[in-house]
Amino acid sequence: MTIRRVKIFSLFERFWHWSQMALIMVLLFSGFGLHGFHHLIRFETAVTLHTLSALLLLLLWAFGTFWLFTTRSWRHFIPTLSGMWQVFHFYSFGIFKGEHHPYRKAYWRKHNPLQALAYLMLKIVLFPLIWITGLIYLFYFLWRDLPQASDWLTGFAYVHTGAAYAILVFVLVHVYMLTTGHSFKEHLMPMVNGFDDVDLTPEEEAYLLKDEPENIR
Amino acid sequence: MRSLLGCALAVLFVGSFVATDARAQSQWPTPPATPTPSEQISGPLTGGTADHTKFEILKQTFATGSDVTQACLSCHTETGRHFMRNIHWTWEYTNPATGQQLGKKHLVNNFCTNARGNEGMCAQCHAGYGWKDEGFDFSDETKIDCLVCHDRTGTYYKTPNSPGSPACSVMFEGKPAMDLSHIAQSVGLPERANCGTCHFNGGGGDNVKHGDLSSALKNPPRTLDVHMGVDGLNFACTACHITNKHLWAGSRYQIEAKDQDGTGLPGQRRDVATCESCHGLAPHQVDSIASFKRNDHASSLACQTCHIPEYARGGVATMTHWDWRTAGKTRNGEGYHEHGYTQGNGEHRYTYKSIKGDFVYAENLVPLYRWFDGQMTYTTIDTKFDVNRQPIAINDFTGHREDGHSRIWPFKAMYTWMPADVGNGTLVYTHLWGEDDSSYWGNYDMGKAIAFGMKKAGLPYSGQYGFVETVSYWPITHMVAPKEDALSCESCHAVGGRLDGLKGLYLPGRDHHPWLDLIGVIAVLGTLAGILGHALIRIVSSFRGQHS
Repeated sequence: MTIRRVKIFSLFERFWHWSQMALIMVLLFSGFGLHGFHHLIRFETAVTLHTLSALLLLLLWAFGTFWLFTTRSWRHFIPTLSGMWQVFHFYSFGIFKGEHHPYRKAYWRKHNPLQALAYLMLKIVLFPLIWITGLIYLFYFLWRDLPQASDWLTGFAYVHTGAAYAILVFVLVHVYMLTTGHSFKEHLMPMVNGFDDVDLTPEEEAYLLKDEPENIR
Repeated sequence: MRSLLGCALAVLFVGSFVATDARAQSQWPTPPATPTPSEQISGPLTGGTADHTKFEILKQTFATGSDVTQACLSCHTETGRHFMRNIHWTWEYTNPATGQQLGKKHLVNNFCTNARGNEGMCAQCHAGYGWKDEGFDFSDETKIDCLVCHDRTGTYYKTPNSPGSPACSVMFEGKPAMDLSHIAQSVGLPERANCGTCHFNGGGGDNVKHGDLSSALKNPPRTLDVHMGVDGLNFACTACHITNKHLWAGSRYQIEAKDQDGTGLPGQRRDVATCESCHGLAPHQVDSIASFKRNDHASSLACQTCHIPEYARGGVATMTHWDWRTAGKTRNGEGYHEHGYTQGNGEHRYTYKSIKGDFVYAENLVPLYRWFDGQMTYTTIDTKFDVNRQPIAINDFTGHREDGHSRIWPFKAMYTWMPADVGNGTLVYTHLWGEDDSSYWGNYDMGKAIAFGMKKAGLPYSGQYGFVETVSYWPITHMVAPKEDALSCESCHAVGGRLDGLKGLYLPGRDHHPWLDLIGVIAVLGTLAGILGHALIRIVSSFRGQHS
């Protein structure tokens, strides 16, 4: 096993990540504005921004989901307990003693188990909660004449708001996690240039060196 | 390839600017009609096919208005029959939904209370001649008053049909004589001032009653009313209140709160004066997400709700409170009045009159907003009410989000302490106008005036009168502001906004679940605290690590 610098985030994945980040920022900002937490932009502007960025994000997710399944990258997000305890123990204790992170990225496991589980939950619970309720809300004009439509809308709005709080919590923790390694920059750079330290088997290393030399340094 | 993409983007970018600019020029602000029309626009009837100065029959000296009417009817042979069916003549309306007998002939309002029994004064605004008591002949078409609506000289006027108390009749003395021949030869389609003769002065003075109908609309700027503005479209009332055989569209007794038919086919809709009958059911041009949302709002909001940001604008105040309890005070045995309010246009308004009591005036008012299905239920002279449940609604209304034909409408609410039969729990007909010693205006004896009024109408009266607080609701529909002055989203989508407390809808920006927000905020702040704590321990332990 050798640690090599390998491109683990393709151009599309990085584009996906950063445009998703930007759109979620806009959505959080405009959404909490609509909710009445701030009045930094006009309501009309907030509605426009929120709707447009939500539609763009849905489009992005459509491409992202397609990409995940056609490139088999979805396998990175299969939950596993192997190594979970060590990671959990590291963040609770080891990190304070200056220990090193116990997880080594593998070529087909670029996230540690805790990370993979968190991203999976985000993808299959939080995001669907917010986009399904959001779409229902957006298309209220189609079902507004059903009985008790206003009460149902209230319910969907509460779920939407609740999911927004949860996503904000995720964002805060996600950003903080960048500081837990050697340096903030070192955690950030893989999502910028795509390369990170990966523990390769001799076969993987040989394959990459021979067939994909541009993806290994 | 790359340059092709760049070109496409540039075209898109520039194209959207051009489109926005063109739209800005054609749509914003509402352009004045060009050229500025000299005549008011009276809907499909604008134009005219006859010159009335050429009619021989009009070149005579008329002794009375009724003589002019007979001349009119000699050419307009069917008009009398048509006209006698309309409410300006009958003062009567039977609501088909509730069966209630409405109209000025029957109703009690919470301004001057009742026209019934006081026709000698009140029927100045009847479109006829000589109605002063039960003896008036409603089948005599020669008694129709054509001129009050069709006079275009501005010199035509009417005085009360009976003299009344000498204390009052003095107000109507010394008016200049009218040249009825000149007036008859000058007739034309009604202008705003014609309708305004009565409709601007409902309740006993300029804008007293409606709040959205005042003398300011005779020659309004387009900022006061975008349709009637003399520097804009210059609509006469009849541009919207279109007529068919002298029957007018648009009625306060039969309101279409949610027009679902829109414009209809060309020339078809002559039954309504709704905004939708011209502007359609999707009135905002869909060129943005916001305008799409605005069209969506039309299902729940009357157009008036956003487009009439305030009523009683244009410098003329409306009355909001009236207290009959203080009426009847005299100085040296004579009635008097007090000035107490100077309105926007500089005119003074009475805040006390011996014949009426105390008033409160106000201007530029934010309406009351309620779900409204168009159905008004009146407290009529026959309605029994519980005197302990005040204010008594002179006209109450229903409406709910769920009923499918309600929308949120703006209203003026008028609060009045007025006389009532507290023994029987009914409203009363008060005898205000008369030459006898029971009429309140002149004699100031409320008990006597009520007993007389009720007896004259043949109604039961317990003999025990008192004052009850009443409220009446007036849908606001005139004084439509230009679109740049319409309400913005924040007017309602905010805590403490205009729709504060209105039930039956979820309003983002206004509505929150307190627990959800509490838990959400605690979760976010808790996370931040957790992060800070975690980071702090890391920093502290890293120092220790260096020392050891």
